[in-house]
Amino acid sequence: MTHEKLVSHIRSSTRDVFTTMLGLDVADGEPFIKEEAPAPSDGVLALVGLAGRWAGSGTFSCTAPVAMRLASQLLMQPYDAINEEVLDAVGEITNMVLGNVKTALEEELGPMGLSIPTVIYGRNFTTRSIGRSKWTVVPFLLDSEIIEVHLCIAPSKDPGAVRIHRDQPAAILSIE
Amino acid sequence: MPVDVMIVDDSAAIRKILHRVLLQADVPLGQVIEAGDGVEALEKLKTAKVGLILSDINMPNMDGLALLGALKSQEATRNVPVIMVTTEGSSSRVMEAVNLGASGYVRKPFTAEQIKEKLAGLF
Repeated sequence: MTHEKLVSHIRSSTRDVFTTMLGLDVADGEPFIKEEAPAPSDGVLALVGLAGRWAGSGTFSCTAPVAMRLASQLLMQPYDAINEEVLDAVGEITNMVLGNVKTALEEELGPMGLSIPTVIYGRNFTTRSIGRSKWTVVPFLLDSEIIEVHLCIAPSKDPGAVRIHRDQPAAILSIE
Repeated sequence: MPVDVMIVDDSAAIRKILHRVLLQADVPLGQVIEAGDGVEALEKLKTAKVGLILSDINMPNMDGLALLGALKSQEATRNVPVIMVTTEGSSSRVMEAVNLGASGYVRKPFTAEQIKEKLAGLF
C-alpha cells in the first residue's frame, strides 16, 4: 500500500464527509510521511484502530475552535466550549472519515475491523503507535485552520484478528 | 397512525441528526426511542413496540448485525423493518445485513434525502 494511495483515499473520504455532513469545503494541504517521534499536540484528537490482514491506527486532529465549528455544522447548533457533544461529534466525523478509508482499503487489503473512536482533548499530549512510527499525514485547510488526518498501516502479525476488541486502544497517549 | 421509531447508534450526534431527519420526513412519526448499542436496544424493546428501527453496525457491547439477527429471531420484532445506517460500506457487510433481513442500507456520510428516500419505500 503506497503513501500516494493512502493520501488519495483520505482526501476523497474527508471531502465526502465534509461536504455531505458538514456543508464545508476543505482545501488540500501538502501530505507527507512522518517517521520521527511526534511532537506534543494541543486541541482535539480522535483515534481509531484497524485490524485484519493489515492493521494500524488512524487519527483526526484539529484545534479546539475548529472542533466547535465542526460540531456546530454537524448538529446545527452553536458551541462555544468543548463539551461532550463536541467530542462526540469529532469522534463520529473520525469514524466516518477513517471508516470510509477502511472500506476503500478493503478492496485491496481484505476485510478489516474498525474500533470505536477514542477522543482526547487537552494540551501538550503525545500519541505513539506501538511497533510502528511511519505515518502518512494528510493536512487540510478549513479557511486558515489546519485539520490533519494521520494513518499508519502495515501487514498484520495476526492476520486472523479481523474483528478487534471494541475497547482496544488505537495508540498510546502520554501527557507531559 | 403514528409510527414509533427506534434509533440505535453509539454516537449521540448521529442519533440527534437522524431524529431531526425523521421530523422532516413524510412519516407519521410517533415516539422516537434512542439506544446506544444493541444490548440497550433489546432491553428497551422488551417494553416498547416500534414500527421502524434505524441502526448503526459498528457499536460497543452488541453491534448492529448481532442486533439485527436477534430482532429477526424474535416473534415480537421479526417483522419490524430495520434500516442500517453505517460507515461499513463493503459489499460483504451489505450482503451480510441483507441476508440477516435488513430492509435498507444507508452509508455514512448520508444526506437527509437518502434517509427520506429509504423511509418513503416503507411508508
